[in-house]
Amino acid sequence: MKAVYLIIPLAPLLGAILAGFAGRAIGRAGAHWVTILGVAVSFFCSLLVFQDVQAGHTFNGTVYTWMQSGGLNMEVGFLIDPLTAVMMIVVTFVSLMVHIYTIGYMAEDPGYQRFFSYISLFTFSMLMLVMSNNFLQLFFGWEAVGLVSYLLIGFWYTRPTAIYANLKAFLVNRVGDFGFLLGIGLIAAYAGSLDYATVFGKSKELATLTEAVTGWPVITAACIGLFIGAMGKSAQFPLHVWLPDSMEGPTPISALIHAATMVTAGIFMVSRMSPLFELSETALSFVIVIGAITALFMALIAIVQTDIKRVVAYSTLSQLGYMTTALGASAYSVAIFHLMTHAFFKAVLFLGAGSVIIAMHHEQDMRRMGGLKKYMPITYLTVLIGALANAGFPPFAGFFSKDSIIEAVQLSQVPGAGFAYLSILAAVFVGGFYSFRLVFFAFHGEERFRHAGAHHGDHGEHGHGHHAEPHESPKVVTVPLILLAIPAVCAGWLIGPMLYGNWFGDAIYIAPAHHGLAHMEEEFHGVIPMVLHGLTSLPFWLALAGAATAWFLYIVRPELPAVIKQKFSFIANILEKKYGFDEFNEWFFAGGARLVGRGLWKGGDQALIDGVAVNGSARAVGWIAGMVRLFQTGHIYQYAFSMIIGVFVLLTLWFNRV
Amino acid sequence: MSSHLLSLAIWVPIVGALFVFAVGAERRRAARWLSLAVAIAGFLVTLPIVAHFDPAAAGFQFIELAPWIQRFNVQYYLGVDGISVLFIALNSFITVLVVLAGWQVIEDKTSQYMGAFLVMSGLMNGIFSSLDAMLFYVFFEASLIPMYVIIGVWGGPNRVYAAFKFFLYTLLGSLLMLISLIWLFLEAGGTFNLVDWYNLKISLAPQILLFLAFLVAFAVKVPMWPVHTWLPDAHVEAPTGGSVVLAAIMLKLGAYGFLRFSLPIAPDASHELAPLMIGLSLIAVIYIGFVALVQSDMKKLIAYSSIAHMGFVTLGFFIFNQIGMEGALVQMISHGFVSAAMFLCVGVMYDRMHSRQIADYGGVVNTMPKFAALFLFFAMANCGLPATSGFVGEFMVVLGAIKANFWIGFAAATTLILGAAYTLWMYKRVAFGAVANKHVGELTDINAREFVVLGLLAVSVLAMGLYPFPFTDIMHASVDNLLKHVAVSKL
Repeated sequence: MKAVYLIIPLAPLLGAILAGFAGRAIGRAGAHWVTILGVAVSFFCSLLVFQDVQAGHTFNGTVYTWMQSGGLNMEVGFLIDPLTAVMMIVVTFVSLMVHIYTIGYMAEDPGYQRFFSYISLFTFSMLMLVMSNNFLQLFFGWEAVGLVSYLLIGFWYTRPTAIYANLKAFLVNRVGDFGFLLGIGLIAAYAGSLDYATVFGKSKELATLTEAVTGWPVITAACIGLFIGAMGKSAQFPLHVWLPDSMEGPTPISALIHAATMVTAGIFMVSRMSPLFELSETALSFVIVIGAITALFMALIAIVQTDIKRVVAYSTLSQLGYMTTALGASAYSVAIFHLMTHAFFKAVLFLGAGSVIIAMHHEQDMRRMGGLKKYMPITYLTVLIGALANAGFPPFAGFFSKDSIIEAVQLSQVPGAGFAYLSILAAVFVGGFYSFRLVFFAFHGEERFRHAGAHHGDHGEHGHGHHAEPHESPKVVTVPLILLAIPAVCAGWLIGPMLYGNWFGDAIYIAPAHHGLAHMEEEFHGVIPMVLHGLTSLPFWLALAGAATAWFLYIVRPELPAVIKQKFSFIANILEKKYGFDEFNEWFFAGGARLVGRGLWKGGDQALIDGVAVNGSARAVGWIAGMVRLFQTGHIYQYAFSMIIGVFVLLTLWFNRV
Repeated sequence: MSSHLLSLAIWVPIVGALFVFAVGAERRRAARWLSLAVAIAGFLVTLPIVAHFDPAAAGFQFIELAPWIQRFNVQYYLGVDGISVLFIALNSFITVLVVLAGWQVIEDKTSQYMGAFLVMSGLMNGIFSSLDAMLFYVFFEASLIPMYVIIGVWGGPNRVYAAFKFFLYTLLGSLLMLISLIWLFLEAGGTFNLVDWYNLKISLAPQILLFLAFLVAFAVKVPMWPVHTWLPDAHVEAPTGGSVVLAAIMLKLGAYGFLRFSLPIAPDASHELAPLMIGLSLIAVIYIGFVALVQSDMKKLIAYSSIAHMGFVTLGFFIFNQIGMEGALVQMISHGFVSAAMFLCVGVMYDRMHSRQIADYGGVVNTMPKFAALFLFFAMANCGLPATSGFVGEFMVVLGAIKANFWIGFAAATTLILGAAYTLWMYKRVAFGAVANKHVGELTDINAREFVVLGLLAVSVLAMGLYPFPFTDIMHASVDNLLKHVAVSKL
């Protein structure tokens, strides 16, 4: 089986190398065949592994020793358990669908081979991340997916917005990684190992230690450090700012990286670290509050966005917030469950949005869409499924996972859980609203694209053929959509085994005090009773109210949104400015850093060190030399005079000696 | 095993250089090929040193001992341990690349240019293998001359100021070192033998004076804040090859000096003054990181980034744990590859555009895609991305620093953000975007020679990032030995 574990990450890597370095030789078709083959192999091997893990065969072993130093063994190795297996399936399946979809979406792009190379490289990196059995490799995967994300956001490198966004994404992630590295460092220093199993084995011991210099409890400091990393990668408030901008990248990667997989790395990581997080109430509390803020406040921004991709992006932020609150409520399996269902329905939403964008000739503004339903029935239907799942309507996948999160948070005793519960309930209403706003705005109502041509000058290069009827996208686009829509409907039905069947086994540890999930298990009587119960519960009615509001505002009274916006321009303004984070960061951090840099350079290096110390001492030498030179006049009588004075002085001293 | 290999590593390039000089300024082609042959021969003789080095032994190996100046008991005493052996190989490797990098670029006095680099290469191997303090000092000082000439003759418009600044700065430090060496010579009863000096008992006050004298000498070379301002000037004016050798090897001499002299000779002073050293190192990481951010000249930016990276090296030395010290050594080797590559990348663009100003570029990726890919790879290595060599040392030093004191680790880890900010912001403005002007539009992608040079470095950076095991394995015993030695008081 070890060979299979190796094949899973290496097959996409090989594809990436071939498409990247031999792209011209193998041609466009060659590039997509070789990468799709690589990912397909990886997917089928993952299925094998999944089956094997279900049969109870887990694995924890080293591939090679990367380095040894100071008693620390740093290795590359795999840990294959149910948690890993789920992630492997999600990553390789979504990746495979996105690879196929890309054939259609990027058909006319000159960087075709490069794109396939990047997304295969991403798949490799993500697999290394989830399959790791130690912190070193985790960090490798963590940064490697960040690199590929950087490359892909900036894929269209001539666009100023794209290269701004990719730099921003990398730097914001680096802020998270800063915390992440400190967390790893604390663990290495106090547990003396980077190996998961060894560290988890010492977790009880770690929980009793305090950090030598700061006096902080080691486990809390380490967990918060690690979680700051997760906040960067999984775009949690206030490090969320990079994710909406990442939409500058081509849509397939928005689906793959910025919705389904990479951004969930933080969620996965915290679940993996459950034996540590469970021992720190403070860390859990921090996690649940951050998650709740993200879930609600990012959802609110989604309701004012008009770019179809950005709506989905903010919805992703909100859903990631849900997952994080689940982590804070010690419901790790629920978080992973939502991660999985979300991967499917969000990929559907993104790829559906991409399909619309193709039909609209790279127009992303929903104000220039409308009425697309009859032109693109498959896209419409799949997006509708995605929206229903996203809003959490039973029996779609999102319902099961979201409802479980809400319940788990309600049962949580962690400080901040009450706030979190209210926030995510409110977010359910908002989620229902923005999901259906997207559906109604883009697919129903007036066909606004017909008279869009007039104010369309700035999009001239994309504007060709704008008056042609929009039509359904080709099969390479719709087939992955359909294949992803199936789990977006049904994946939730796995709730029984995944949450309540002790399916994750030892992969997830829950402290006896955090028994919320056990309580939920008693209440759970199967999928159908849960759906029926769901129909009478508060979240369902909130979501329905949200959807109904959207229907009223965008179908019944489409003139109303503008009026409301005007009436509440203050709030609308705050939301449209996204609470001013971008402006603040640009002014304070980017501007501040440049200011400090310039001050240290001009004031420190140039004025003080070079001006005063270096050139100053040179000038001092020059000045003294100049003074001394004054005595060297070359006039004999002056020298004779000084000699006489000297003789007198010496004689005086001689005669007055004691 | 005959052990004249170290002598060969020193004298093959120097004697070869004499032949290169003899070729004369007119026969450029012959000078180039001969230089390449000498450089490769110089590199090849270092391979058996690495291959036959016994990593389990902590002491010096490949020892050569002969009297030199008997009146003062100065010996021709050579040997390497796990700390120095890799630098000899690195130095000789970089020399080959420098010869290749200057191939079509240097049209003026080609033979002298190539010869100067070969001489320097031999001298620096001498520095890394000297076990006699006076021999070390002679090599250390002599290595200034070729670099002074390289900057002063083949440099940019302001080369004379830069060459003087470089020379005076480093000379100032060296004089204090010479005084210390003479003091130690007398104290040790008339020997310059370093190994004897290691066992010398010295009380704290002279130890501190010795440490400070060495500090001035070595801090200038590293360079550490605040004696670093010669470096950006020297880099900006130096020809590409000069910058490469300066960054890749010469800066390592100062750091190496700390390990060879300061720590083992004055261990108590080292512990006493460690807070100062750590403070200066962190200033280098943070202060210089901010300064690098606002540079408009690419070479200056990379020069500042070098200072910040060297801050990690000195930090790793003075936290006194194995992972920190080995991380610092790994960082030195990695920085040899990465900074060399970064300067070569700027050189590639400078040869075409005759500008180092970031503002003159933009959208280079459109016209030089192959180059842009390599440049990005090195930029990522410069900001310490895992799987590149740049990550290994930084990661180890940060882990070591957190072990020593959380706040030191905290300050050091800011490089994750600062390093990425200055490197990638520069990369964005130079490489990404639409073609900025017609000069960028006319650029041609790298040729085979440039591809080979950058490709070799890329392979080295990647190999070291994916499998650093052999690099640290070779240094374990010596580092362990040094740390044990430093832990014992000499009072």
